[in-house]
Amino acid sequence: MTTSEKETAAATPGQVGKAAPPAGPQHGSGGPAKESWWKSDATENARRNLGLVGVLVALVVIGIATRPDLYSDPTWVKNNIFTILQQASAIGVVTVGMTFVIIGGGIDLSVGAIMALAGVWATTVATQSFGAGGMIFTALAVGLGVGLVNGVLISYGRLVPFIATLAMMVAARGLAAEISDKQTQVSTSSVINGIATQRILGIPLLVIILALVVAAGWVLLNRTTFGRRTVAVGGNSEAARLAGINVKWHTLLLYGLSGLCCGIAAIMLMAQANSAQAAMANLYELDAIAAAIIGGTLLSGGRGTIMGALFGVLVFSTITNLFAINGLSTESQNMIKGAIIVAAVLIQEFRFKSVSQLFTRNKGATA
Amino acid sequence: MTKDGRDLSRRRLLLGGAALGAGALLTACTSNEAAPQTAQTMGANEGNPNSSPGQRVVIGFSAPAADHGWMAAIINNARAQAAAYSDVELKVVEAGADAAAQRAGVDTLIAEKPNVLVMLPHDGAELTASGIKAMQAGIPVINLDRAFNQALAYRTLIKGDNYGMGVSAGNYVIAQMRAKGVTSPVIAEIAGIDSLPLTQERSAGFRDTLTAAGLQIANRRAAEFTADSGQREAANLLQALPKIDALWNHDDDQGIGVLAAISQANRSELIMVGGAGSKAAIEAIQADSGVLKATVTYSPSMASSAISLARLIGQNKGMGDLVELQVPKEITLASETITKENASNYISLGF
Repeated sequence: MTTSEKETAAATPGQVGKAAPPAGPQHGSGGPAKESWWKSDATENARRNLGLVGVLVALVVIGIATRPDLYSDPTWVKNNIFTILQQASAIGVVTVGMTFVIIGGGIDLSVGAIMALAGVWATTVATQSFGAGGMIFTALAVGLGVGLVNGVLISYGRLVPFIATLAMMVAARGLAAEISDKQTQVSTSSVINGIATQRILGIPLLVIILALVVAAGWVLLNRTTFGRRTVAVGGNSEAARLAGINVKWHTLLLYGLSGLCCGIAAIMLMAQANSAQAAMANLYELDAIAAAIIGGTLLSGGRGTIMGALFGVLVFSTITNLFAINGLSTESQNMIKGAIIVAAVLIQEFRFKSVSQLFTRNKGATA
Repeated sequence: MTKDGRDLSRRRLLLGGAALGAGALLTACTSNEAAPQTAQTMGANEGNPNSSPGQRVVIGFSAPAADHGWMAAIINNARAQAAAYSDVELKVVEAGADAAAQRAGVDTLIAEKPNVLVMLPHDGAELTASGIKAMQAGIPVINLDRAFNQALAYRTLIKGDNYGMGVSAGNYVIAQMRAKGVTSPVIAEIAGIDSLPLTQERSAGFRDTLTAAGLQIANRRAAEFTADSGQREAANLLQALPKIDALWNHDDDQGIGVLAAISQANRSELIMVGGAGSKAAIEAIQADSGVLKATVTYSPSMASSAISLARLIGQNKGMGDLVELQVPKEITLASETITKENASNYISLGF
């Protein structure tokens, strides 16, 4: 008990290590009095998210302008919102885990591969014979297990996260191909497949799962010791260690958390596609990293928000939808996606801060 | 502090034990019982003089190791067709992991002097030299599916037809729309990986066929040959087109996801055509249980036919119904359309 109190107390200077009061996720209780409320650090995250909401609104407006015939039907609009949210659900869950890893100063390139391995393992003939419960358990256990292996390699094996998870990305896809014999494994479980069609109070279950994971992630990051330690470790791991945080153990847990999120997402994707295969969730790692970054998470660690990451995922999902309803090609869609990543980050950095503030922030964060 | 420490170690022991147990349980869960493979062969035919046993033919066979269902069916078919002939001996040499390994394997085969060599190369261009080498050694080469880049390297080329898949799908859609009396149908397409030449050929065939009939594609999305990408693209495509008359999906594995998206969106107004001809797709077409009404083939039965052609060449015979006394130089298979009516003929050809 005493240990954790000490850590919490010490974590505050550790996580600050940068400019004035806690710039960390929404728990700051107000900035210095001389600054206006709007410019204070406390509302900074809200302002960043507002920028992303602006992008989302712009995308929707473009949608309305280009396909007024579709948007004039309220039922269609409702279905379209649910389609966008459902398509964002699996990648959204992965991004929550990714956001924790990045805030903690790491990176996880293996998320797509972990999803494929978890999905394939959960849909083998042997696993499916245990029913939906067995499949869910397997997917979660494989996800968590592989994530923990990543964590052990990085924290105790002292491998660079980029290398360790890159190796895992290759290896996990290889094992998935081995297990599935490169075949598409169809899920015959109506319970699993039903996850994609079930609605509770009119809201698709996939969307509810996403909401629960995002809510849990927000609480974990902003209202618990675990979250404060994550920010501290990512902001300045040496300071965090001196403050009494078991940095290695905490890093291990972060990769385990990311793996667990992949397990959950694998179940969701498996339900949507009624199947799993070694090539599934292709390039999810890049989408998840991009969503976290445009959501305001600092790639060098120490800062980031769950809500921002969620908006990042929604922006991508909305772009895909916008291009589909206008019948535009996938290539042009990827080009625009790249441009939006750059634009979103640039707008966030310059719209609300002067260049000098930018400089001090970066210096503080990487110190 | 000591109490805490002991609690912690006990907790870790429990966790470790649980992890070990879960691990043991999970490793038991990786088994996939092998699906029974049925081969696609042509049996003896009373009316065909070519099928009566003749001169003994030794056929060498080289194809890449099976890395997906289609390739597994190719090798399976070749073996089964050879076994169906009493006068054929098949020598299979594992082609290994790459073109270099296959070249070495083919060299070994050439040294054994088979009467005919059947080769499905890892890469047509890279194995052309091996084909020429065999031909120079007096061994006729049957080039299977992936064409060598010089005609000198093969006696006969037999391959599938990606452009033809698009044509067949297009023709089926046109016929169905005319039968239903739909004058300006909404037609959609979900392609595979767009950067692959085979995807471009399939799409060109589909587009050309529809254009010739005065129809056009309302929306086209490219997926990645995986079920989850198929689901993603289909879900958005269905939103883009509130009413669809016909949809062509390039690949039946990807189609698992496309069909999932259609049923998740509660859509049933459309007809869907698949591609490749997987067993699951043919069964669904036969059962006529959903929107999938047809699939156009790219059939691994071509391996069985390659063995039959090799035997004819080895015995110096022509193809029965043709006037020519020799087997033709090139055969491109027609992409066949499997529908409810003929599905029972094809069910054994699914892979």
